[in-house]
Amino acid sequence: MNFVVPDFYPAAAEIFVAVMALVIMLAGAFARSVRWLAYTLTQLTLVGAALITIFVPSVDVSYTFSGMFVSDLFGNVLKLLIYLAVGVALLYGRGYLADRRMERPEYYLLAVLMTLGMMVMVSANHLLTLYIGLEMMSLALYGMTAFDRDSVRSTEAAMKYFVLGALASGLLLYGMSMIYGATGALDFVSIKDALYFQTANKTVLLFGLVFLMAGIAFKLGVVPFHMWVPDVYQGAPTAVTLLIASAPKLAAFAMTMRLLVFALFELAEQWQAMLMFLAVLSIILGNLAAIAQSNIKRMLAYSGISHMGFMLLGLVAGVVSGETHNAITAYSAAMFYAVAYVLMSLASFGMVLLLARAGFEAEEIDDFKGLNKRSPWFAAMMMIVMFSMAGIPFFIGFFAKLAVLQSVVAAGYVWLAVLAVVMSVIGAFYYLRVVKVMYFDAPADDAPIHAPAEMRVMMSVNGLSIAALGLMPQGLTYLCWIALLASLT
Amino acid sequence: MTDMPLLSLAIWIPIFGGLLVLATGSDRNAPLARALALLVAVAGFAVTVPLYLGFDTGTATMQFVEMAPWIRPYNINYHLGVDGISVLFVILNAFVTVIVVLAGWEVIREKVAQYMAAFLIMSGLMNGIFSALDGVLFYVFFEASLIPLYLVIGIWGGANRVYAAIKFFLYTLAGSLLMLVALLYLFLQAGGSFSILDWHQLPIPMGAQSLIFFAFLAAFAVKVPMWPVHTWLPDAHVEAPTGGSVVLAAIALKLGAYGFLRFSLPIVPDAAQYYAPLLITLSLVAVVYIGFVALVQTDMKKLVAYSSIAHMGFVTLGFFMFNQLGIEGALVQMISHGFVSGAMFLCIGVLYDRMHSRNIADYGGVVNKMPKFAAFFMLFAMANAGLPGTSGFVGEFMVVLGAVQFNFWVAFLAATTLILGAAYSLWMYKRVVFGEVANDHVAQLDDINGREFAFLAILAFCVLAMGVYPFPFTEVMHASVDELLRHIAVSKL
Repeated sequence: MNFVVPDFYPAAAEIFVAVMALVIMLAGAFARSVRWLAYTLTQLTLVGAALITIFVPSVDVSYTFSGMFVSDLFGNVLKLLIYLAVGVALLYGRGYLADRRMERPEYYLLAVLMTLGMMVMVSANHLLTLYIGLEMMSLALYGMTAFDRDSVRSTEAAMKYFVLGALASGLLLYGMSMIYGATGALDFVSIKDALYFQTANKTVLLFGLVFLMAGIAFKLGVVPFHMWVPDVYQGAPTAVTLLIASAPKLAAFAMTMRLLVFALFELAEQWQAMLMFLAVLSIILGNLAAIAQSNIKRMLAYSGISHMGFMLLGLVAGVVSGETHNAITAYSAAMFYAVAYVLMSLASFGMVLLLARAGFEAEEIDDFKGLNKRSPWFAAMMMIVMFSMAGIPFFIGFFAKLAVLQSVVAAGYVWLAVLAVVMSVIGAFYYLRVVKVMYFDAPADDAPIHAPAEMRVMMSVNGLSIAALGLMPQGLTYLCWIALLASLT
Repeated sequence: MTDMPLLSLAIWIPIFGGLLVLATGSDRNAPLARALALLVAVAGFAVTVPLYLGFDTGTATMQFVEMAPWIRPYNINYHLGVDGISVLFVILNAFVTVIVVLAGWEVIREKVAQYMAAFLIMSGLMNGIFSALDGVLFYVFFEASLIPLYLVIGIWGGANRVYAAIKFFLYTLAGSLLMLVALLYLFLQAGGSFSILDWHQLPIPMGAQSLIFFAFLAAFAVKVPMWPVHTWLPDAHVEAPTGGSVVLAAIALKLGAYGFLRFSLPIVPDAAQYYAPLLITLSLVAVVYIGFVALVQTDMKKLVAYSSIAHMGFVTLGFFMFNQLGIEGALVQMISHGFVSGAMFLCIGVLYDRMHSRNIADYGGVVNKMPKFAAFFMLFAMANAGLPGTSGFVGEFMVVLGAVQFNFWVAFLAATTLILGAAYSLWMYKRVVFGEVANDHVAQLDDINGREFAFLAILAFCVLAMGVYPFPFTEVMHASVDELLRHIAVSKL
């Protein structure tokens, strides 16, 4: 048996982040009194990983570790966005955590491990790699959800998240085993080949697909596997909610793409039908349930469910009666939607953090009352986010919806597009309500907003980027398009 | 001069100017915000004047065209241009913005910068709607214009403003999102083009035409508004501040009617003709039934709001008879209604600022205290009733003539508006203005000041000029309407 040293080059960023995780752990153990160290190291890790991802040149698609790991443009683009989302989320959350005596090095360690998990998920070319990445991300998130140890609500949320998450992982693993049984392969390229040459047992394969879908649906948080979303979003400390609601959505999107499009593309007709079911239910239930919420974190949770449903519509429209020429457009629309959602999600939970202060959580929608009087600038930022989520132009949310609807109509599902827009009108109501309390109501408390300068700046950049990308969405559209084109063909 | 991107300037001067006004911040700088807003509004109006002067009335093609790619992957272009149908609305819009800034000058004391900025931004967006030749660009402006109006009604409105603002927003959003699906469908049918002009030439089977027609109808009927989806308008009008009502009546209502001319009629002509009886029926219901509803209102603003719906019923009636007089009459009516209803709301605003009541019953004998105001109000009430010599008469008369060509009974019912309009306008006028001084509050009224005199006088001039000599208006639209009618006559099946 000859041992071949694998090519570490394509995984350079992952290796760097793993090493840095150890460094942060050591820093946490030996330099605990230096309060800023862990945070700074974490941000530096993200910057370093970004530089490696950008500057380590590679061929279009390179496999390593015996085909378990892939480095391609699709993965690299998503990774960069993940670094960005995690970095921004940590920046927003820092003051909040410090006010509540939760800013401990372990928090940042978990965040780095979560990032590493997501990177592995994004680059997985193998069922087991994917699973390892997924668990790494999830376990870190469970821990962070319970980070406020004395809070009963947080503990309950973490428990719920963990139990349901473990169940979903089990389902996913069970599905993977069946796929393996049917195709005799674990890496995506071989699975794809097995399906192409029709050597796989179709019944077992479809059975496995159903379980895979359940796992995917759980991670994306779409109906009927959405139960955890509102409770965890509400129960977790807001800084953690922000982390859960942003970058992991990109990772879940990558997982969906890797499993369904990169590996099981031949079964597109089957999984599209399932996704359509999930998407329709999510859009309906998410929007209707959000109306009834008075807690903004819960409202954003339900709105997130409907957004994920909307994103899935893009995946539904890829293959039409065997024709695949719509596929790249449709998938890049879904990718655009995921990126847009993460941007908006960061800004919306960021605003909740911005209004919170020591001993006060701005969790109720009523806490936004009269924000226009207290701070016209941040009220305008929040308004941009809300209108963007509602899909009103000139904001990015509109173009995300436009791109997805375009591919849905192109696939011939006009009824689906009509349903989606009708639910968007219903959705507009609860976003409008937030704008209403900010602009039309008198403030309930006059405390000035106090937040660190870097957070104010980042919040403004975040809000303005939603408007700027709405005015000029071409660059991001191209990026999604090229990333998929380079990796899929 | 013609090389300047006039349409872009007309769109972006008010928008960026509005942002600049917004930047003046708190109410300590209110005088600066007002002055800056007026400057921007006047500049915005100034760039639209060459549009009229340089307009070639002999052709129906798009003029002042600007074209640049915007989002290439979807072939969405920044494509602007005006023809005889749209150019007048761009100018009217810029003109009304100046009036609105003047009207809010002293009255608005809270968040002055935000108020002025909202109107300026709205004005720019509406210019975008009237000049967009790309489906998505049109839609983007169409939707975005909801935001400032929503804020204007909700922040500066009356007691029930929140309800009215949300109702207004959701009603119009529901309609326009269905249109979005239709736009996407057309995009695919046209082989990946969002150009409205391409869509005009696109053959479409009848089944699809019907669906597209109704999708457009959903968007535009709500905006016009046509009976029975008009119920948001009285609420929005009553709760909006004066400036909001003026913009709503003078410009926002025209968007729906304009949409019919730019989209429904030329893109799906066969469906438009097939469903014309339905549209004509709805229009007549608006004219007659809403006319009666206006008669019994006790709130002045509500009365004028209902009269707006009736007048807009006249407009849609004119469109769907498919003859020259009908469509041109409807267009004239739209412009005239912009002046007249705007002026009516301003007059009510003048009274409201002094008395803080819109109830007709709270007034009486105003003429004794405000003779100059009473004279202006008289003129506008007469114009609202369609008195010959005022602009209100021209459009109504042309549409009624067009209706006679079309069908006698339609003309007969349409003509009742001349009676109903006179009844509700003049009866309200009588109760508010004439008679003995009704109470102590009326006894303390002061007549209009120089600023109020100025904007009422400008509008009075427009109303009379258009009534006496409408040719400069009809001349501009003639070629385009001709072309539109020729286009509709050819089946696209």
